[in-house]
Amino acid sequence: MAEREQSFLEYVQSGGQVEATDWMPDDYRAKLIKFIEMHGNSELMGVLPEREWILRAPTLQRKLALTAKVQDEVGHSQLIYRVVEDLGKPREQCLDDLISGKAKFHNVFHYPTKTWGDVGVIAWLVDAAAIISQKALLKCSYAPYARIMKKICWEESFHILHGRDVVLTLMNGTDAQRGLVQEAVDRWWGPLMQFHGNPIAKDEDPMYVWRIKSQGNEEARQQFLDGYVPQIWELGLTVPDPELRKNDDGVWEYTEPDWDELRSVVTGHGPKSQDRLDLRRRARESSAWVRQVVLAEAA
Amino acid sequence: MIYEIFRQERKGQPFHHAGSLEAANHDFAEQYAKEFYGRRGESEALWVVPREAIIEVDEFVDELNRNYHRVDGYSLKEKLRRARERVGSALVARDR
Amino acid sequence: MNESEARSLLEIADDELFLGWRDSEWTGIAPLLEEDVAFSSIAQNEIGHARALYELVAREQGITADELAFDRAPEEYRCARLVELRLLDWEKTIARHYLYEQADAARLEQLKQSDDAEIAGLAAKIDREEAYHRIHAQMWFDRLKDEPRFTAALDELRPLLDAGRDEHSPELAELWDEMTMVRRSQPAGTAW
Repeated sequence: MAEREQSFLEYVQSGGQVEATDWMPDDYRAKLIKFIEMHGNSELMGVLPEREWILRAPTLQRKLALTAKVQDEVGHSQLIYRVVEDLGKPREQCLDDLISGKAKFHNVFHYPTKTWGDVGVIAWLVDAAAIISQKALLKCSYAPYARIMKKICWEESFHILHGRDVVLTLMNGTDAQRGLVQEAVDRWWGPLMQFHGNPIAKDEDPMYVWRIKSQGNEEARQQFLDGYVPQIWELGLTVPDPELRKNDDGVWEYTEPDWDELRSVVTGHGPKSQDRLDLRRRARESSAWVRQVVLAEAA
Repeated sequence: MIYEIFRQERKGQPFHHAGSLEAANHDFAEQYAKEFYGRRGESEALWVVPREAIIEVDEFVDELNRNYHRVDGYSLKEKLRRARERVGSALVARDR
Repeated sequence: MNESEARSLLEIADDELFLGWRDSEWTGIAPLLEEDVAFSSIAQNEIGHARALYELVAREQGITADELAFDRAPEEYRCARLVELRLLDWEKTIARHYLYEQADAARLEQLKQSDDAEIAGLAAKIDREEAYHRIHAQMWFDRLKDEPRFTAALDELRPLLDAGRDEHSPELAELWDEMTMVRRSQPAGTAW
């Protein structure tokens, strides 16, 4: 590695922070863009499974909370794409690449939502898994990203409470309502276990080496299990993994997730991948004229 | 156009940089800033500034160490010790 | 609150509920990310207004705002035809937004003069939020006023302001169906 890159590496590894106008190695910039772009894509795609339920929310309070949650996610994607844009890749190009399948988004957003139970489980568990990763990003070596993560984490705090509230209300309700939650947990468990990625060793993960991520994949997954399996069990819910247990060393053991499924899903072969990308494409095409008008105005 | 947003958390506090957004003109920038940084009542006030209006300064020259106007330019410990010592020996001399 | 006042309040509440519901259909797919967030707040405000108005009426009737919002049959709602339509074309949504806000401003002025202090007070609060909606609608009107598709949308939707409230478009029943499907899946009174 060239000398300048080597000293940059040492700089970030000892906690150094990088700003948008600083020199950075091409590889760092490229990896950063790819990572942050995927995050932005995920927030934008994550809107779609929940959006359907905005229309079906069973009380005014739930309607408002869910709309606000989805609104936050759109807001997050705006913040994230701004960071990518300042790194050199325009938002429109990110959206082009998302829709064409060239750029990826997180596995959990490729699956269908089937019931109101999903609404609760997503806000409670999927968001929890995401927040663990997001909290680790607060220490990202790239400062503009670390800064927006602060706002994102703060806003996410209400999402989890909302999710928990929905789930607890269902669990205290009718048998059918409890059934909705259990059925949703059964369906979402696989994707949740895959969410943090396969357990690549920290030092072999370029994201960690550059201190873009400050936490390894397995570390994140263990944190998730530690925090949330007790919460699941205490409600009388079961997890569809007979191997799941915490061993004497405090480490969670579980059935190896299906990494092939993960790979297949994130490359666009998930049950809802194409439908959702099509929806994005159609929405984007039909509103292109609006962006033209705005662009002409700004000129 | 890109606008930078600065927000004040509570009255009396400084304005901190909070993020940026894209808008075609000042009116939309203001509306959007209110949404992004105030819809939860989390800000006392905002400054919305076109990015091009910001002049960034990040190079500072101090070749000859001008520490005379900084706290680290003053080391009083030794002088204070001698001053106290002088008073101490003066008192001893007086009391004899 | 007399019956005529209750009817007026329900008219406004139903308008705000369905307009808010329709406006919220843009959350996540609006033409610009920044606008998506702004417009979602407008939708949420509208539903918030509906909720506050329902709460006033519901209290008189010994029921809840949710029951008024969800548990009436489609024919029983007092909303205007204009707000019932799914308008997922931006020019139509903005045209409706603009037309509605103008009509609503006049209506709110009247309500602010109500002898009932609570109604007048709520109307004033709502109006202060609507001021922001009016600014937003005007900004988009100014931006789109030379676009033929926008002027066409205004012409198409303007007559609906005068359509009676007793007959509803088939879209209302469809929306109501979707809106209430989760709620109806369990017995009345189930907590969600």
